Amino acid sequence: MLAASIFVHFFILCAFAVGGLNTVMPGLFHYVVDEQGWLGAREFTDLYAIGQAAPGPNALWVTLIGLRVASWPGALAATAAMLLPGVLFSLLLIGLQARNPSAPFAVAFRRGLAPIAIGLMFSSGWVLLRSIGHDWAGLAITLATAAAILRTRLNPLLLLAAGAAAGALGAV
Amino acid sequence: MFWLRRALVHQKGWIDDREFVELLGMSQVLPGPVAFNLTLMLGHRLGGYRGAAAAAAGLICPPLVITCALGVAYGYVGTMPAMQAMLRGMSYVAAGLVLANALGLAGALPRRPVPWLFVAAVFVAVALLHFPLVAVMATLGPCAVAITWAGRRQK
Repeated sequence: MLAASIFVHFFILCAFAVGGLNTVMPGLFHYVVDEQGWLGAREFTDLYAIGQAAPGPNALWVTLIGLRVASWPGALAATAAMLLPGVLFSLLLIGLQARNPSAPFAVAFRRGLAPIAIGLMFSSGWVLLRSIGHDWAGLAITLATAAAILRTRLNPLLLLAAGAAAGALGAV
Repeated sequence: MFWLRRALVHQKGWIDDREFVELLGMSQVLPGPVAFNLTLMLGHRLGGYRGAAAAAAGLICPPLVITCALGVAYGYVGTMPAMQAMLRGMSYVAAGLVLANALGLAGALPRRPVPWLFVAAVFVAVALLHFPLVAVMATLGPCAVAITWAGRRQK
């Protein structure tokens, strides 16, 4: 039953995840942590961080949430809920032979939704920071990471390893 | 995305850069992981529905196994103080990665007030006021698309 409700709620949220799963992270967090109390805020952010360090699509943190909440059925339900909307819409696009991403409506759709996706990503960052806790050193790490990604070509994995090291040394 | 492009365009030569950008554009408006949707559509283009299934499975299965292994490991050692400290450091970095993603995309927004109003409205509604995300998207999303569409036709 737990896996079924994970599937239904995650599916609805993920159907709105235009631009990647980071956009619906605040919604998933709210549902899993605040409403259902399945996980603590720290546990959620831990799993999110592990998902970033793991290989492959970064969205797999959603699988980890399902795995923690309801073991293997939960992992399966969360993964299916995350991937299915994309599969369905891809099939629809293929069926419509919609190959032209520069068609006027497609452009308006993409340009119109871009600010929404960006606003949601800022919200995701906000939710993460609030759940890890207030810590100036930690905030400095977050800002330094953002700057490093935008200004240099450093591998994100290297930055995650540096973050883990900073944590292990007791800096944050 | 960087690795996908390198493998598909430069190493295998299955598609050219123009096709890659086209697929990427479509994947970005589909819900779900962008890399997954891109691979799915590319698989279909190269090998029909079987190609799509093979490409999607190939992209998702190996990382899924590794990620689940990490998840199981977290269940055993995640509460140890040393692990907690490392994960805390990593979480701050993960927040920075999201922030960089948002800032990078925001840099490409046109310098007009309307898109930025939507960025601000979404942030206030979702992050500060904790409005339900689906409701926010269902109201602001169509408004944003409609305004963009109307603005386009005036020109």
